Amino acid sequence: MTAVTADTQEAYQAAFDAAVAADERIEPRDWMPEAYRATLVRQIAQHAHSEIIGMQPEANWITRAPSLRRKAILMAKVQDEAGHGLYLYSAAETLGTGRDELLDKLHTGRQKYSSIFNYPTLTWADVGAIGWLVDGAAITNQVPLCRCSYGPYARAMVRICKEESFHQRQGYESLLALSRGTPEQHAMAQDAVNRWWWPSLMMFGPPDDESSHSEQSMAWKIKRHSNDELRQRFVDICVPQAEALGLSLPDPDLRWNEERGHYDFGPIDWTEFWDVLKGNGPCNEQRITQRRRAHEDGAWVREAAAAYAAKHGEATA
Amino acid sequence: MTTSDWPLWEVFVRSRRGLSHTHAGSLHAPDAQMALRNARDLYTRRSEGVSIWVVPSTEITASSPDEKDPFFEPSADKPYRHPTFYEVPEGVKNL
Repeated sequence: MTAVTADTQEAYQAAFDAAVAADERIEPRDWMPEAYRATLVRQIAQHAHSEIIGMQPEANWITRAPSLRRKAILMAKVQDEAGHGLYLYSAAETLGTGRDELLDKLHTGRQKYSSIFNYPTLTWADVGAIGWLVDGAAITNQVPLCRCSYGPYARAMVRICKEESFHQRQGYESLLALSRGTPEQHAMAQDAVNRWWWPSLMMFGPPDDESSHSEQSMAWKIKRHSNDELRQRFVDICVPQAEALGLSLPDPDLRWNEERGHYDFGPIDWTEFWDVLKGNGPCNEQRITQRRRAHEDGAWVREAAAAYAAKHGEATA
Repeated sequence: MTTSDWPLWEVFVRSRRGLSHTHAGSLHAPDAQMALRNARDLYTRRSEGVSIWVVPSTEITASSPDEKDPFFEPSADKPYRHPTFYEVPEGVKNL
């Protein structure tokens, strides 16, 4: 190995900057600034963790789905979330950080997942509300990530976004069935929307002037739009969808603003956001405990697969 | 052997007959058979494929870390390899 001189370092940086500026993708074996690599690992890991923790609130309802049709759909959706987690852990691995290390950080609370999954799913209607609102917010966030400057992350997001649109539609359809059902079913759907609306808006992260990583991520083209911009886009999309559902959104300040060409909406309770993020949400403890238990309970499967491979001498790679 | 020791496999999927296998992504598995099964569950949940290859990542030899490598330079200065290099008189057809 030849020592990297200051000149070559500068040349590498210049090539990286030029590729980003030209909207080219950065690939795993390209030189990249360490801070870019660290930012991507942090973001992709948080994203991957969210996918697999997100399996829990919905899996909670698989055994009690109201019909075989809804049950099959829900199982497919939860299986997709596991798949999304794997796509993302693979993308992180191309940056030199393996899945075991990331899972360990999740299990020991050193890395976070989306705060939205620290809220409970109290009724069947919550499954519909999650599909419509939580997956809807996720799609709004994730579609621009398909053009992220890091190739493997962008490619994983293309796959994920394709699959998420099924998630959102099944949720919407399920909520519509409840909304048009008995008065009790309608009330249940409305209650779920009331509880999930504000946490969904928080999924876009803190307001732009308080978002610590935003500016650099935008410069690196990891992020393409600001938190507030995406949040506004989501609100604008949801209002007519709620009307079609025959459900209201729990915000007295929500109204069309002719001048801006957008819906105005009320203030978000950021105290709640930070509180849930710090670990004081209704389900933080439960989610991590269950994740650890699932990992430990699955150890025998991993051991059996490894023993089988060793016996048949195939694991030579 | 823990999962971190499980080899990494690159997955290639043929989306339909008549097309070549295309790289879909990677996964860890203790052996080739498990890699195939996991690849089926991970990359073809919606009939995205009719055939899958899995290859140990360590078995792949790559050209170079840098795509601007001089390795590819010999082809850059030979525009005469492309049909657009040649002038064709107006009115000449089927050329």
